[in-house]
Amino acid sequence: MTPQPLGTLKGFAVTFRQMFKKPLTQQYPEYKRPLYPRFRGRHRLWRYENGLEKCVGCSLCAAACPSDCIRVVADENTADNRVSAGERYARIYEINLSRCIFCGYCELACPFDAITLGNEFELSEYSRDDLIYTKDMLLAEPIKRVPIQDPALFDTPLPAYRTDA
Amino acid sequence: MTSLLLTAVTERWWISLIKAAVIINLVLVSFAYLTLAERKIMGRMQLRYGPNRAGPFGLLQPIADLVKLVRKESFFPAAAVDVLYIFSPFIAAFAALSTFSVIPWGPGWHIGHYYVTGYVADVPIALILVFAIGSIGIYGFIVGGWASDSKFALLGAMRTCAQLVSYEVSLALSVLGVVLMSRSLSLVDIVDRQYHEWWYLPYVVPQFVGFVVFMLAGTAETARAPFDLPEAEQELVAGYHTEYGGMRFGLFTMAEYINLITLSALAVTLFLGGWHIPGPWLQAYGPVWFLLKLGALIFVFIWMRATLPRLRYDQLMRFGWKVLLPVATINAVITAILVVAV
Repeated sequence: MTPQPLGTLKGFAVTFRQMFKKPLTQQYPEYKRPLYPRFRGRHRLWRYENGLEKCVGCSLCAAACPSDCIRVVADENTADNRVSAGERYARIYEINLSRCIFCGYCELACPFDAITLGNEFELSEYSRDDLIYTKDMLLAEPIKRVPIQDPALFDTPLPAYRTDA
Repeated sequence: MTSLLLTAVTERWWISLIKAAVIINLVLVSFAYLTLAERKIMGRMQLRYGPNRAGPFGLLQPIADLVKLVRKESFFPAAAVDVLYIFSPFIAAFAALSTFSVIPWGPGWHIGHYYVTGYVADVPIALILVFAIGSIGIYGFIVGGWASDSKFALLGAMRTCAQLVSYEVSLALSVLGVVLMSRSLSLVDIVDRQYHEWWYLPYVVPQFVGFVVFMLAGTAETARAPFDLPEAEQELVAGYHTEYGGMRFGLFTMAEYINLITLSALAVTLFLGGWHIPGPWLQAYGPVWFLLKLGALIFVFIWMRATLPRLRYDQLMRFGWKVLLPVATINAVITAILVVAV
């Protein structure tokens, strides 16, 4: 250890040198750090290639949700109004994102991989009502705002429920 | 000496008034940008950018802060003693602003028919005046903390009180050497003597110990890191101004920062030769040299804040009474002996 007055002066030298280094700060709105592939952002609902919804309205996601922010109202598929691949479909599917804690239990609970957590995290709104996402909003293709890391860069295998996303 | 008396007579009273207004506004603007400079410099020292969103390089940040503070609702605790609660920020801010009037910043100029001196007021006991008004400013902090009727504010006020009273002794003793050497309490005279009597050398050379003690005790007087115990965020919420919000809080902050500016200006005047630079040249650009020295000293204070961790309370008291006070006393005694002997 350096004897005392010198030790303090060494500290001053350190802070002075720091001043001429480039700051480490990432300037957020201008630079968006790429997200990891397993990042849990805003949810999205999926369709099969033939256009039918994967969600069958079973409400398992709502049951799994710890913050109780998912609301599902199911209805029967009929021959002339076929919405989902199963017997029933979700007539109403709402997620209240102001309550969601992004734990991902809904996608774990889903037997058809109908709901997954995507990459969007810039979800600010001026009103709380705007944070309630309806089925149309969740089914729509999200606007890509944030770059995503190349999955090939990571040696951890992606879980099955993410590979088709 | 005669020239000084003459200028005091020949300067018109309204010139002093204009100068006072200009100086107050300059001090206020430099306070605003001192907050920005501090945040920027400390940011760079911690590998951050500091504020850079409001305007180019964050230059509008102080204005944004001011607008935010002014627009805030000025509520206060129900149990607060309202007269004292409302007036203590004004006492603190007034005391901080008024001290700057005795600090000389230039040689004086002939403008048209009029002669403009390089100071607002040349008081024969300027140094005592500075300390006296500084002590009045302490009332603002203590009364504000007490009138808030809050534990944290009261604890902060007690700490401020103890710390400021302890360190004021060392601060006053550390400038005694300068007073003895210059045989004057007027800051204008002290600046003159430094230039004329010591081969252009500022008093920091013979009074180096006094300068160091002054800077350390001054850091404690302005309650800045590493002596920022009165507002130790981790223990007391914010110290004596815990219960203040909006522009009242702003006034307290203003008082603290202006005290810092005044203290640096005092150190420049007493120890670093004021607006003179060593040597016979370029003395006409007095304000420039003054501002440069002031900026350098303020940078040292910011640098110190970014470097040193806060002292414990017993360390603070031990350092004040057992280190600074004896050193300042011995320095004053030795200076006195040398001044008489030589």
